[in-house]
Amino acid sequence: MEKMPKWADVVLIPVISLLLAALISAIVILLIGESPIEALDLMVEGALGSTNGWGYTLYYATNFLFTGLAVAVAAHAGLFNIGGEGQAMLGGLGLAIVCLYIPFPHWSIALLVAGLGAGLFGAAWAAIPAYLQAKRGSHIVITTIMFNFIAAAVLNYMLVNTLKPKGSMEPATGRFPESAQLPSLHDILAPIGIEFSKSSPANVTLFVGIAACVVVWGLIWHTPLGHEIRALGKSERGAVYAGISPVRTVMITMLISGALCGLMATNNVMGEAERLVLNATEGAGFIGIAVALMGRNHPFGVFLAAILFGFLYQGGAELALWTNIPSELIVVIQALVILFTGALDNMVRMPIEKIFLALRKENA
Amino acid sequence: MTLMKSLMGAAAAVALSAGAALADPALIFDLGGKFDKSFNEAAYNGAQRWVEETGGEYLEIELKSDAQREQALRRFAERGANPIITMGFAMTSTIENVAPDYPDTKFVNIDGWADLPNVQTISFAEHEGSYLAGVMAAEASKSGTVSFIGGMDIPLIRKFACGYAQGVKSVNPDATVVSNMTGTTPDAWNDPVKGSELAKAQISQGSDVVFAAAGGTGVGVLQTAADEGVLSIGVDSNQNHLHPGKVLTSMMKRVDVAVYNALKDGADLETGFQNLDLAADGVGVAIDEHNEALVTDEMKASVEAARAAIVAGDVVVHDYTSDDSCPALSF
Repeated sequence: MEKMPKWADVVLIPVISLLLAALISAIVILLIGESPIEALDLMVEGALGSTNGWGYTLYYATNFLFTGLAVAVAAHAGLFNIGGEGQAMLGGLGLAIVCLYIPFPHWSIALLVAGLGAGLFGAAWAAIPAYLQAKRGSHIVITTIMFNFIAAAVLNYMLVNTLKPKGSMEPATGRFPESAQLPSLHDILAPIGIEFSKSSPANVTLFVGIAACVVVWGLIWHTPLGHEIRALGKSERGAVYAGISPVRTVMITMLISGALCGLMATNNVMGEAERLVLNATEGAGFIGIAVALMGRNHPFGVFLAAILFGFLYQGGAELALWTNIPSELIVVIQALVILFTGALDNMVRMPIEKIFLALRKENA
Repeated sequence: MTLMKSLMGAAAAVALSAGAALADPALIFDLGGKFDKSFNEAAYNGAQRWVEETGGEYLEIELKSDAQREQALRRFAERGANPIITMGFAMTSTIENVAPDYPDTKFVNIDGWADLPNVQTISFAEHEGSYLAGVMAAEASKSGTVSFIGGMDIPLIRKFACGYAQGVKSVNPDATVVSNMTGTTPDAWNDPVKGSELAKAQISQGSDVVFAAAGGTGVGVLQTAADEGVLSIGVDSNQNHLHPGKVLTSMMKRVDVAVYNALKDGADLETGFQNLDLAADGVGVAIDEHNEALVTDEMKASVEAARAAIVAGDVVVHDYTSDDSCPALSF
């Protein structure tokens, strides 16, 4: 029998964890002599108070959506993919090559082909650690994190020596041609009469990200492959006994995971910057781990967690703009959220389980 | 919240007096953060000098992500900040997007190349300053091998390295110039341990003068050079005092002066291109009480001669970024 009802597990515990994180953040803000209420007000107003704020929140959320899903898929197979950063970087490289060298008649075709390029590069970057794990038993945590550094070096080399326009000071590609630039939420919502901020970076890839959530949900819970992935994650011996090949499943899972990370490039490279810059991923690969952890590896949970982290990013930026709260403190707040929702989960869970058990006894 | 209040006040004042230039200026630090011991910190120091002298206030933000660039620029512009000073070449494309929407606001782009009527673009002739540092390095070197440690392998840092190598070769055409970059992620600007390891490796290759153009990483380079008994050259700010008698000189890039001047001119600043080169004292080598003993009269004479020749145009130091190649050093 379940110790507590499902709604408590899915809603109550994350909410209490969040409140605890918010409480400690408030104390920290008080300690440095600022008003936590004013800070919260600024964050909410800045991130959700205008379509411009929403635009940024959703833009960040889209990044985290892709990397969060990638980590979640791998986690179902018992694999810890912390190479999202590198896979997303390589995804950006693949996407930039497609966008720069292939002329497209329309953005929708560009998005399709560039997404394919990004996914392929991301998957290829995940394939090597996956092979080493499946065949050689080299631990995927070690290999994927090392591949992040190699990816940074590859990107640096390509940008400085090959892709940079001649004479430019900046290690970045030239701007993508007009036809490879994606419509922003402003362009999409204007025809149906919704006025959305012009300058915010949220764009059509938000819907790609939401579609990816649905696809991942279907894949994990409603296909034979998803069943194999979950079986392997629960018990490798059991999976082998059931006739599942661990090598094949590990490879396929990591390819999917890498491709999802690569797809992030459609948002940050193609949708926002419209060119490939150094350090384009900005840690989204690592935030993806927190997002998956908080979303309990379920696509809907990942979606909510991605929005939350988008809010923290954008609200944090507003705090940095208009108060004396140093930007390092925003990292502290984010860390507290991760700590409470992920690492200290049991601290909240156990007392609540006890309460529910006690209530049940009374009723019985 | 004093910043916020003064900002609101300023914005209201602007609204009331219909565009009179009463707004505070704003300063946008690049991703390294304002205490990077180098480029951004120089800007901060310049701004602090202005604050101390005038009692003025300015808005500031340290960028944490590329997506914040446009956001910060637009929000400051909308609140009436003027001028808005931005650090680093990475802001250029954002300014090109944003500046036309706010024609009454003046933007300053340090290290950039934006060409718009309301933008002041300031660039530095780093290759010329590095050339002088190279001349001094070659004069001071006994082994005939000197070295260079950069932060990330980006064109700007190659510009430093290339000017340095040309300076070295102008004194001693047979000299060997060893060049290394610290890393491929932004951490490379703040990794003194790696800087120290690279310096040791270069010293073991015979280098006896090490030039670091690597932000906070340089602190480790200078420390190791001092410990191992070889000379080092600092960058951006005057770093001679870090290890008196062991730092040969510092290649100064007067970002602080540029920021100070922009703040002082306020909303009346002149837009257009400004190249701060040797002639304008935008770059140069630092000689003070901490390195006097190291700088011989001969050295002083050669530096002066080289400086005069560059200013007069008799010597043209090749700029790596002009054609992505370097005659004196291969990357």
